[in-house]
Amino acid sequence: MPAITRLLFALAIAFLAAAPFLFGSFTITLLNYIAIYAMATLGLVLLTGVGGLTSFGQAAFVGIGAYATAWYTATQGGSPWIGLILSLAMTAIVATVLGAATLRLSGHFLPLSTIAWGIAIFFLFGNLDMLGRYSGLSGIPAIRIGQLSFEGTTAAYYFCWIVLGLAMLLCHNLLDSRQGRAIRALRGGTALVESLAINAFRMRLAVFVLGGVLAGLSGWLYAHVQRYVGPAPFDVRAGIELLLMALVGGAGQIVGAVIGSAIVTLIKNILQDVLPAFTRYSAQLEVVVFGVLFIVLLQKARGGVVLMIKRLLPRPKPRPVVDAPALPPRAHQQTAAQNPVLSVRNAVKRFGALIAVNDVSFEVRSGEVLGLIGPNGAGKSTLLNLITGVLKPNSGTIRFQGTDITTLPSRRIAAAGMARTFQHVKLRPNMTCIDNVMLGLYPRTGAGFLTGALRLDRKEEASARHEALRQLQRVGLGGKYGDLAGNLALGQQRLLEVARALAADPTLMILDEPAAGLRRLEKQTLSDLLRGLRAEGMTIVLVEHDMEFVMNLVDRIVVVDFGAKLAEGEPALIRADARVQEAYLGGVA
Amino acid sequence: MTWEIALLLVQDGISTGAIYVLVALGIVLIFLVTRVIFVPFGDVVGYAALTLAALQLGQMPGTVWLVLTLAAIATVMEVVSLARQGDAHRIPRALLFYAVLPILPAAVVYFASMHALPMWLATLLTVAVVLPISPLLYRIAFRPLADASVLVLLIVAVAVHFAMSGLALLYFGPEGFRTEPMTRAFFDLGALTISGQSILIVVSSALFSFLLYLVFERTLIGKALRATAVNRVGARLVGILPSTTGATAFLIASLLAAISGILIGPIATLYYDSGFLIGLKAFVGAIIGGLVSYPATAVGAILVGIFESFASFWDSALKEVIVFSSLIPILVWQSFTSHTGVEEEIEEDESEGQA
Amino acid sequence: MSTLLAVEDLHVAYGKVEAVSGVSLEMQTGQIVTVIGPNGAGKTTMLAAIMGLLPSTGTVRYDGADMRRFGTEERVRRGICLVPESRELFTEMTVADNLILGAYTHWTNRKSLDAELDQVYARFPRLAERRTQLAGTLSGGERQMLALGRALMAKPRLLLLDEPSLGLAPLIVREIFRIVMSLRELGVSILLVEQNARAALETADYGYVLETGSIVHSGPASGLIHDPKVIASYLGGKVE
Repeated sequence: MPAITRLLFALAIAFLAAAPFLFGSFTITLLNYIAIYAMATLGLVLLTGVGGLTSFGQAAFVGIGAYATAWYTATQGGSPWIGLILSLAMTAIVATVLGAATLRLSGHFLPLSTIAWGIAIFFLFGNLDMLGRYSGLSGIPAIRIGQLSFEGTTAAYYFCWIVLGLAMLLCHNLLDSRQGRAIRALRGGTALVESLAINAFRMRLAVFVLGGVLAGLSGWLYAHVQRYVGPAPFDVRAGIELLLMALVGGAGQIVGAVIGSAIVTLIKNILQDVLPAFTRYSAQLEVVVFGVLFIVLLQKARGGVVLMIKRLLPRPKPRPVVDAPALPPRAHQQTAAQNPVLSVRNAVKRFGALIAVNDVSFEVRSGEVLGLIGPNGAGKSTLLNLITGVLKPNSGTIRFQGTDITTLPSRRIAAAGMARTFQHVKLRPNMTCIDNVMLGLYPRTGAGFLTGALRLDRKEEASARHEALRQLQRVGLGGKYGDLAGNLALGQQRLLEVARALAADPTLMILDEPAAGLRRLEKQTLSDLLRGLRAEGMTIVLVEHDMEFVMNLVDRIVVVDFGAKLAEGEPALIRADARVQEAYLGGVA
Repeated sequence: MTWEIALLLVQDGISTGAIYVLVALGIVLIFLVTRVIFVPFGDVVGYAALTLAALQLGQMPGTVWLVLTLAAIATVMEVVSLARQGDAHRIPRALLFYAVLPILPAAVVYFASMHALPMWLATLLTVAVVLPISPLLYRIAFRPLADASVLVLLIVAVAVHFAMSGLALLYFGPEGFRTEPMTRAFFDLGALTISGQSILIVVSSALFSFLLYLVFERTLIGKALRATAVNRVGARLVGILPSTTGATAFLIASLLAAISGILIGPIATLYYDSGFLIGLKAFVGAIIGGLVSYPATAVGAILVGIFESFASFWDSALKEVIVFSSLIPILVWQSFTSHTGVEEEIEEDESEGQA
Repeated sequence: MSTLLAVEDLHVAYGKVEAVSGVSLEMQTGQIVTVIGPNGAGKTTMLAAIMGLLPSTGTVRYDGADMRRFGTEERVRRGICLVPESRELFTEMTVADNLILGAYTHWTNRKSLDAELDQVYARFPRLAERRTQLAGTLSGGERQMLALGRALMAKPRLLLLDEPSLGLAPLIVREIFRIVMSLRELGVSILLVEQNARAALETADYGYVLETGSIVHSGPASGLIHDPKVIASYLGGKVE
C-alpha cells in the first residue's frame, strides 16, 4: 500500500475513534446510521459491484434481519445474541430460496424480481399481527456483552463501527482469496467461469446469500440501536437508497460502502433540513432529488467516488511473489500412449436449418498435438464447444479419458482435466495478470469462503501465487504479473490465456486460434512453448489458421469443411491432399 | 367459494387483466426495442388516470407542469448536444419535437381545464398531454446511456420511477381519485351481471392490441421496430437510427399507458403511487411472457388479473404479497424452460478500467 | 475515375487493446479492392470503423466528405453498405421484410419498393421462392444472398463485403463472386475482405495485405497473387 493511502486510512480510523469526543450526540447518531447502512451497502458492493448482480431488495433483507431479532427479543424476551443467529439464519434462508429461484435467469430478471419481492416483504411486515402490523415492534433490548451494555449513543457508536470494520476486513480478505477471485470473475459472463471448473450458479448464489447475510447483520444492529422497528425503512425506496450508496461509493470497492453510505446519509440529512422550508411534501421532494441525483450519477460518473480518489493516488506496487512449496500436481489418469484421450463419435450439431457439425468423428491420442483446421465458418468453433461442453450435440458421443462427457456441463469437463483458451479472448481485464492465471488454479486448490475470509489459506495462496507466476514466466509474461490484464496487447492476452490454461495442469489443452493476432516473435515463443509441452507429454488440440505454425508443430491434422470431416492425417499428407487445397486454400477460379 | 363467486372473480380479473395487457405490451415493446426495463411505465398510467380525474373535477392537472419541465430539460439537452456536434442546422427540427409538440397539448390542457369539459374531450386531452411523457423521459434519462448494460438502464429506470412518483404526490396530493365511468350500462347474463365499463375495457384492450399488431406487420416503422428488437446491429446497417426507433417505441407505449390509465380510472380508486403497482403487476405478466413474446405477455397479464382478483377475495390485506410472491414460482418455471440463461450480458464497466 | 474512399491513419482500439493501428488505404469509383490477411489481423474491425459502428481515430473520407461526425445511419444514407461476416439478418422476420428494411433509408412508396424488390428477386431467384419464409430458416448460402440482397436494396455506391464466402460450398462461392463481379457493372464499388485470398485477388483490381492491425503489402491484385512474400505471410508456407 503506498504511503499516502496508508496515511489516509490512519487518519480515517483516528477520526472515527475520536469522533465521540469531538461531536455532539446528534452527529454520533448520524454516524451510527452511516455504519448501519454501510453494512447493508457492503453486501450490495459484493453483490453488484463485484459479482455483477443487482438487487433493489437489500432493504427487505435488512428488514428481515431487524424483525427476526426484534420479534425474538421484544416479544419472546430472548437474548440479542440468539437474535443475531436468528437474523443471520433468516436472511440466509430467504436469500437462498429467492436466489435459487432467480439466479439461473439472465441478468435483468433478478433485479426486476427483487423489486417485486421487496414490495411483497414490505407488505408482509405491515400486515402480520406477530410483527405489530404497521405500528411495528418496540421495547427491543440493547446489546450487552456480560456487564458491558451498548445502550448509550457513544457505546452503540463504537459497537457498530467495530462490527462494520470487522465485516469489511473479512470481505477484503475474502476477495483476495480463491473463492473471492471466482466471485470477481463472475462479472463478464459465464462461459469463462464455467470453463474453469467453477459452478457459476452456486457462486452467484453464494454471493447473493453473503450479501443478504450482511444485510441481516445490518438489520440486527439497526434493531438493537434504534430499539424499535417498523416496516417503513425497509421498502423498495430504502432498497434503492442502499443501491445509490453502493454506486456513489464505487462499484466493487469495499471502502466505497462507507463512503457511499456517508455521502448519501449526509445529503439526505441536509435535504431534510432544507426542503421543509419550501414544501410540505418534503419527503416526496427528497425522493425526487434522489432520483435525479441517481440519474446524473449514472450518466456522468458511473465509477463512483472511490475510483475518482483512487485515480489520484499512486497505483499500489504489486505484491511480490514469494517462494513457496509447489502445489501438488493434479492426479492424471494414465492413458496408454496409443489410447485416445478424447474421442468424438458421429457428432452432429444443428442450429435451426444450419448443420454446423455434420457427423464428425476423430480421436486425440495421449501426448499428441492435433491440429484442427478448416476455412472460417467450417464448424471448428462449434466442434470445440461440443468437446468442452458449452454446447450439447444433437447426436453422437464424446468421450474424455474413457468417460462419456457428451451431456456433462463445462465445469465438470474442466474439473476432469480439460482446459481451454477462447477464440475471442476471455479475460478479466480489471484483474491483474497473476490473478487471471490464479483463476486457472481453481480446480487445483481447495480454500473455502470461511478459510479465505479468516486468512487460514495463506499457505495454499502462497503456493498458488508462486505456481501462477511460474506459468506466466513460461509464456514470457513473468515481468507483467502485477499489470491489469486489460492493459496487455492482444497477443499477450492470448498468451495469458494459455498460461491460465496451463495453470490448471490439464490432461488435455484446447487452444482456439492461439496465434491469431500474435506478432512473429510471439508466435515463435508460443510455438516453442507448445513444443516443450508436448515433450512433457501434454495432449493438445489446436485450432489455427496460420499454416506455417500448424504444419511445423502438430503430429496430426483433422480438416473440417462445411461441418464435416474432410481429411485426417500427418501434416505432409494433408498438405498434398488436393481436396484440402481446394477447400482450404481457395481454389475458386 | 361458490361457482357464482368464482365466475364473478374471473370476470373481474379479466377486466383488470385486460388493462394489464396494454401496460405489459408497452413494457415489452420498450424493452425489446431499447433494452430499457421501463419501471416508471406504471407511473405514466397513474398520471393518465389522475389527469383525467383532475379534468373532470375542473382542476388543472399537474401533468402540465411535468410535461413542461421535461420538455424544457430535453430541449436543452438536445440543443446542447447538437451544437456540440456541429449539427446546428438540425436544431429547428429538435425544437419542433422536443419543445413545440409537447408544449402544445400542455398549453391546451392548461387553458381548457378552466372550463367544464365533455367526457370525450377530457379523454382526448388526457391522451394528448400524457403522450409526450415517455418519449421525453427516454431522451433525458436513457438516450445518453444508449450503450450501457440492461442493468444500468434498469437502475436508471427505477430512479426515474422515484422521481416520477415523488412529483405525482406534489402535483396530485395524497388523496385518491376515481374517474366517471364512460358507460353505466349493465348486462345480465344468467347469474352474472357484467358492467358496460368492463366490456369497454376488454374491447378497447383487444382493439389496441390488434392495432399494435397491424403496426408491426403492415408499416415500415413497425417493421423497423421489430428489426431493432431482433437485431440491433442489423438495424443500424440498414440505416435505422436506434434513437428514432427508441423514441417511437416510447411514444407508442405512452399511448398505451394513457389508454390504460383512462380505462382503469373508473374501476379503482387511484392514488399518486397506484400506477407503480399497476405497472409492476403488468411486469409480472410480461415476465410470464419472458419479456420477449407479445402473445404470451397478453396471456400472462390476463392471468395476473384473475389471480389478483382471487387473491383479494382470500385476503385483501395480503393481496399484494400474494400477487408479487407468485413471481417466484413463475421465475423458477422460466429458469427451467428458457434456453438463453445467463449469457455474456453482464458487461464490464469501462469506467473501472482506470482503477 | 475519382477517389471514392480514402482511409488515413485509422486506429481502432477495444478498451486498451489496439486492433487496427494506422491503416491507410484508398479506392477509386468503380474499383473492386480487396483486403486480405490472417484471422485476427483486424479486417472486420477496420470495416466496422469505416461503417461507423466502432469509435476510431484517423480520417475516413467518402465521396469527398469527412465521415467522422456521421453515424452509421447517415453513412448508409450516403451510400455505404456493409455486409458483415455475421450477416446480421433479422432472423425472426420474413425474407421479404428483411429486403424491405434494406430500403429503409429511401423508402418512398410501395410501388417503387416493389420494383426494387423484383430486381433483387431477379438477381436471387432463390430468395423469391422463399420470400414468406423466416430468415432464420434459411441455409448458409441463402443467408448470404439475403444479406447481399438487403444491402442492394439500399442502392449502395460503396459495398463493404466481409468474408462473403464464409462457410459456403464452392458452387455457391462461385455464384457469390459472379454476383460481386456483376455489381461493378451497376456502378457499385466494392471493398472486399476475404480469407479465400486467391479468389479475392482474382476478383479485385487492387489488394492490401493486413497483418496485426497494419498494412504490410499492397499493390495491383494481379501482382500480389504471385508475390512470394504475400504467399508466405498469408497462405503460410508453400502450398504445393
